[in-house]
Amino acid sequence: MSIRESTNDVSNLDLDTPDKTYLDSNELIINMGPQHPATHGVLRVILKLDGERVLGTECVIGYLHRGVEKIAENRTYTMFNPYVDRMDYVAAVSNGLGYCEAVEKLLNVEAPARAQYIRVILTELNRIASHQLWLGTHALDIGAMTPLFYTFRDREEILKIFERYCGARLTTHAFRIGGCQYETYAGFEKDVNNFLTFFAPKIDEYETLLTTNRIWLERTKNVGVISGEDAIALGVTGPVLRASGVKWDLRKAQPYAAYSKFDFEIPIGENGDTYDRYLVRMAEMRQSMRIIEQAVNSIPEGPIMGKVPKVIKPPVGEIYHSIEAPKGELGYFIVSDGSTQPYRLRVRPPSLVNLQALDIMVRGLLVADVVAVIGTIDIVLGEVDR
Amino acid sequence: MLNAFMSYLGSTVTPGEAGNQFWALIYVLIIFAGVSLAVICMNWLERKALAHFQIRLGPMRVGPHGLLQPIADALKLMLKEDIIPSEADQFVFWVAPLIGLLAAFTVYTVIPFGPSQAVSDMNIGILFMLGVSSLGVLGIVVAGWASNSHYPLIGALRSSAQMVSYEVAMGLVVVSAILMTSLNASGTGTLSMIGIVQAQQQQGIWFIFKFFPLGFIAFAIFAIAMVAETNRAPFDMAEAESELTAGFHTEYSGLRWSLFMLAEYAAMIAVSSIAVTLWLGGWMRPFPNLLHAPAWEFIFSLFPGLTFAGLAAIAVIGTARMPAHSFFKIQRMGLAVFAALLGFIALFLLVIAVAGRSADTSVAARFREGIDYVYWFVLKVAVFMYLFIWYRATWPRYRFDQLMKIGWKVMLPISLGVLIVTAIVGVIFS
Repeated sequence: MSIRESTNDVSNLDLDTPDKTYLDSNELIINMGPQHPATHGVLRVILKLDGERVLGTECVIGYLHRGVEKIAENRTYTMFNPYVDRMDYVAAVSNGLGYCEAVEKLLNVEAPARAQYIRVILTELNRIASHQLWLGTHALDIGAMTPLFYTFRDREEILKIFERYCGARLTTHAFRIGGCQYETYAGFEKDVNNFLTFFAPKIDEYETLLTTNRIWLERTKNVGVISGEDAIALGVTGPVLRASGVKWDLRKAQPYAAYSKFDFEIPIGENGDTYDRYLVRMAEMRQSMRIIEQAVNSIPEGPIMGKVPKVIKPPVGEIYHSIEAPKGELGYFIVSDGSTQPYRLRVRPPSLVNLQALDIMVRGLLVADVVAVIGTIDIVLGEVDR
Repeated sequence: MLNAFMSYLGSTVTPGEAGNQFWALIYVLIIFAGVSLAVICMNWLERKALAHFQIRLGPMRVGPHGLLQPIADALKLMLKEDIIPSEADQFVFWVAPLIGLLAAFTVYTVIPFGPSQAVSDMNIGILFMLGVSSLGVLGIVVAGWASNSHYPLIGALRSSAQMVSYEVAMGLVVVSAILMTSLNASGTGTLSMIGIVQAQQQQGIWFIFKFFPLGFIAFAIFAIAMVAETNRAPFDMAEAESELTAGFHTEYSGLRWSLFMLAEYAAMIAVSSIAVTLWLGGWMRPFPNLLHAPAWEFIFSLFPGLTFAGLAAIAVIGTARMPAHSFFKIQRMGLAVFAALLGFIALFLLVIAVAGRSADTSVAARFREGIDYVYWFVLKVAVFMYLFIWYRATWPRYRFDQLMKIGWKVMLPISLGVLIVTAIVGVIFS
């Protein structure tokens, strides 16, 4: 089914008068969420079902809307920085990186090399943490309870590093406009290296539980298939896009921070199904470890803060800067009117855009697959609603 | 009264067969209390074992190592408000958990814990058992329908779809086990649960090893089907938490909900008992035909006592390892009392084993025998209970169309094949 057809169908998801199906039975319209164990927060999906077969879906969002973009218009650039951590709260470091780089681009300053290396290390650690949380909850959605606890155990080690670095575990606010506020603590490199040696066998442990598990294969293979063409048309990015065979990663395509200095690969899938997305994310964790290893062993000496004025007053203009967050392309569009506050700030959150693909991914599948697909898209409602 | 009480003690048949209604009632009460206790233990064990699979501690606060947690849970559930949704069909909603519970407990009338340790020995025992235990699904279907809500309805539909896909294969492998009972001189088989175990005794082999691998395949199919029958992971589609919130019991709360749980665990024990009876020699201890010297008899009769002694030892070690802080004083005392209790049971069982070691017909010897039978039976069932927990910790959940595919396209042909081959091999070798 092409996208145009499917989107038309969604808007015609006639909820008041269910169509008759065979044997004079009605279609079933069912509310999945906003309070449901598998919608990762407060996503509400209206499902139109024929028995258990999904005929159409409609996502209702906004239950976690906090007006982050509007808040930005009433805060200075510096004051707004912690707010971005609350969007994708499992990958707060990436959000901060995107925002800081966007404002730096607007100011036309660049963070010093040492700060950029620290940024890369923390962002990649955060990518691993985000993927771990995704893996645990995704497996739980499909019914495997145990991986969740293993991933949380190992994620803890990353959060400990964050805590030692900046005092916070989740909403870190690790970076400042122009660089980093904190110098690395004594033993930072050692901690990160210890984590790498600790974590390498743990990925294998996750994979033993799932990768060749027959039930896992049956539940994920050929489920929620999306072609690369459709994915691009819908604006899908991140692992979901790469699993469909499109080699698009902003870290390579338009390198930011210090990514151009490191040697890593972009894992891609073939079929664009749930299993490929699983494999892509598992491979991404390994690649992140490669990046961290290179970065942590070659951190240059030097200042960590660039030449940024105390009061940030960017020149009049607008800027769009995007980075590869764990969930996909995270973009910030900032319009400056020359004052200390942004005139308009717009976030392009990967979760929201990727969520659009839900409908064409689940049509014709069963209810049980809907939760598998929601899990595989890897949404965070804080970011979808903002 | 006393006469009625004593009249049965020397008997070697079940009270149902002896026509002794008084003893039948006593057995019913014992079994009801025993199964309820087993469910409570199972509740605690499942939470603890699952927790340890998942690098957690599980319940630790209510009582030492959370030993009182099931009791606290039961109390909480009893005190909770009993909600019946206004749109629900009130009577059916009320009666649904009772159907499940009744079906789960009724099957225990024919489960043979020993050659005479059963309420009754029906000549259609296994048929009765399969029929009644399948009625449990009716409770689920009716509960889902009566809730008048979407998720329970889907849960109920899944449950009925599940039933039709595994029940056939399950029945066929049971028939193949029944065929094996007829491999004796007179060529007559039996459907009686006690008769099936006795047939294994006569043939000197557990049916799981009979015509290897035929018996084993049949057993494996039954072992899969029984997980589906009890709606346990990986076949827990009817209550799939992450998909249907809680499936058929979404609208249930309080005591009514706990009845469903009770029924589920009771049904788990019941189907495990069928598997043990049909393929694993029921109440028989290992190698009764090879190691039958009186010395071996005595050694095996020590097992129940030693098991409890081991449990007591674990409890003692747990007591010793409790933190020394005064916060843990009561918990330590509680665990010590628990250890002492287990120790007394162990002592009692060992005394019985020693007192009843002569193979005469004294009451002590009969009692010792009875304990042995029940012990080996319960031990085998416990292995299955552990497997249920293990499955749940390890595997993702199947989708219900996949279960149906397995049921019809894999299990049914294999079980049919096993049945036919068993029949042919049986004819050739008898």
